[in-house]
Amino acid sequence: MAATTGKEPAGDPDDAGAARPAGGRAPGGGTADSGTAGARTPGRRSADGPSTGVRSTGVRSTAGRSTAGRSAAGRRRLIAAAFLLPALVLLGALVVQPIGYSLYRSLFDRSGDVFVGTGNYRELLTDPTIRTALRNTALWVVLAPAVATALGLVFAVLTERVRWGTAFKLLVFMPMAISMLAAGIIFRLVYDHDPHRGVANAVWVGVHDTFAQSSAFPKARPGRDSPLEPAEGGAFVTRTPVRAGVPVLLPLVGVAPEALPAGTRTAAAAPAEPGKVTGTVWQDFTRGGGGRTNAVDPSEQGFSGMRVEAVRGGRVVASATARADGTFVLPAAADGALLRLPGSNFREAYAGVEWLGPALVTPAVIGAYVWMWAGFAMVLIGAGLAAVPRELLEAARVDGAGEWQVFRRITVPLLAPVLAVVLVTLVINVMKIFDLVFVIAPGAVQDDANVLALQLYRTSFGTDADQGLGSAIAVLLLILVVPVMLLNIRRLRKEGSR
Amino acid sequence: MSTPAAVGRLAARAASGAVRVFLVLAALFWLLPTLGLLISSFLSPTDLNTGGWWQALTAPSKLTVTNYARLLGNDTITGSLLNTVAIAVPATLLVLVLGSLAGYAFAWLEFPGRDWLFLVVVGLLVVPVQVALIPVSKLFGAIGLFETTAGVVLFHTAFGLPFAVFLLRNFFAEIPRELLEAARLDGAGELRLFARVVLPLGAPAIASLGIFQFLWVWNDMLVALVFADSAHPPVTVALQQQVRQFGNNIDVLAPGAFLSMVVPLVVFFAFQRQFVTGVMAGAVK
Repeated sequence: MAATTGKEPAGDPDDAGAARPAGGRAPGGGTADSGTAGARTPGRRSADGPSTGVRSTGVRSTAGRSTAGRSAAGRRRLIAAAFLLPALVLLGALVVQPIGYSLYRSLFDRSGDVFVGTGNYRELLTDPTIRTALRNTALWVVLAPAVATALGLVFAVLTERVRWGTAFKLLVFMPMAISMLAAGIIFRLVYDHDPHRGVANAVWVGVHDTFAQSSAFPKARPGRDSPLEPAEGGAFVTRTPVRAGVPVLLPLVGVAPEALPAGTRTAAAAPAEPGKVTGTVWQDFTRGGGGRTNAVDPSEQGFSGMRVEAVRGGRVVASATARADGTFVLPAAADGALLRLPGSNFREAYAGVEWLGPALVTPAVIGAYVWMWAGFAMVLIGAGLAAVPRELLEAARVDGAGEWQVFRRITVPLLAPVLAVVLVTLVINVMKIFDLVFVIAPGAVQDDANVLALQLYRTSFGTDADQGLGSAIAVLLLILVVPVMLLNIRRLRKEGSR
Repeated sequence: MSTPAAVGRLAARAASGAVRVFLVLAALFWLLPTLGLLISSFLSPTDLNTGGWWQALTAPSKLTVTNYARLLGNDTITGSLLNTVAIAVPATLLVLVLGSLAGYAFAWLEFPGRDWLFLVVVGLLVVPVQVALIPVSKLFGAIGLFETTAGVVLFHTAFGLPFAVFLLRNFFAEIPRELLEAARLDGAGELRLFARVVLPLGAPAIASLGIFQFLWVWNDMLVALVFADSAHPPVTVALQQQVRQFGNNIDVLAPGAFLSMVVPLVVFFAFQRQFVTGVMAGAVK
């Protein structure tokens, strides 16, 4: 941040907290720009410069007056107390007091009566569910902020090059405004396992099926008294060898009529052809009943496209594909062989990836988080980018640097402070992540998707609550954010003493 | 014939083409999830059971508002939206009032311990709400605020205050001293000074803060899960209770989620600038 205030009156005590005579310091003068990162106090910056000098004079006059009398100082304290008290009481009772209580409560057992010392903390490290939560939280902290920041950086840089950059930014930033619950519902649908419902799997299966044809008859099987028997690899094979000139019947059942491939026609009995093996493979089932077993009845459907192989001594000697009416013709080589319907005909349709299964659920929820927060990173980084001097980039380009080099050597280093703030913010945010996991992870995999904040909720409330252990998790969460707390305080003190 | 310049131009054009393709793909990634739920919310349960929302792209006649009609006739959901309003509005106003009073005190009033007290407030910025769930539920239980709207409002106010005080104190501190001095010389008391000078000048920051806090509270689920009256839950909790049987009731969840998003999205689009300012200042919260 380029804003400069900081013209302090001479002799100003360097640090906050030091004892000083009443009125000895310009109120707020020095820390005026202690906003975080891009946190520009809105508007009114321009009025700042000229007023600074006047402000110092003002300070002196206050200092002069403050010696006037004790009662005046007392009155001012009273006024200050009146202004501050409501906020301080709430903060004290609902934010500060709980920190102390959590520390205290974490040393007692479930009932709250028995002192267990560090017992709850030891349990944090040994309980397998909590360990999963710890591991997942670590994964979150490593992955989510980094990915969101990287995407935000890329978006911020690239949107400057297209005319619709603003619209793009709006689209990516919008999820910031909605609740994690709504985002959770949105992604619950995206990740739905049914490829006819979840778009992630629909795309995945679509891509997969482009390269690996799925079969049309996943549930087909031989019926009663069938001439076919199951064989290795999900195949079905005839019990007896076939003869040229004798039409073969290969009846199967179990395919839903609406699942049959397009172009299927009514099955036909294959005519005998001398010197060739002919036959029919079809659905031996008449809707509404009345069909004869192992015979081609008038309303039964052929298995169009079914692969038929003739096997002799374990080797495929001939093969054919059934026509729309289920008939097929094999050359003379098939004479005396067994006919096999290979397993490839019956492979289950590819069901896609189980996004919300135990293995992938955490990365999947992290994906939803990145969807929500990349916009935050993008906007903050975009604001930082606007402050990067264009001449610097131009000069580098003139010197022959490629776009990548400009990005890598100039843009990123200049943005480093902003990137750091974004990362730290997201890390803090991610440590507390609760809603998204709670909503997206189905009940059965919540143990696998577990994170600290979720575990805290599950441990502390509900039927089997253990608030001692819950408090220990709360303390752990607090300890995790303490470094950032100190960082904030230090930054403020530094700005205050500038 | 390709001169080096022509090759360079070609390369530049290819690169800008790649940028466009990448951004279009990214835009789809950001658009499709929401669009999918939006379209789903306009499909009948039967259609939702037989196919994906994308069926509506080829058969727009399948779109219907019956889900919304049924949802609006459902008292639990409409009531929960009102409960959310009853929590979010007071929690926002309280933060604004208490936050600006304290912000003013930290910026312009003199009292012992002011600086270290402010540092404490800044330290509280990052305290996770989770730390307070158990202790405050005990406290509220003892004073009869557990499972009441007032309890939820107070909790949100308390956890909104550190940021409010931090933001407003920094903003108020920028007000030119001579303005305040002039008012003081005219005999204005601190309260009058606060109301007549500080509040009007601080309006932009107060607006940003208000929008930020309002969205924060509106979108909250965790605090409401623990502290809200289970008979009168806000919309996030009411919907969350439906999520358990996700596959079976998308026809409730999808329109419900959108109803819950209407207000935040309107606020977002109407006050984009202030929202961005609030978010930027809220970094590190």
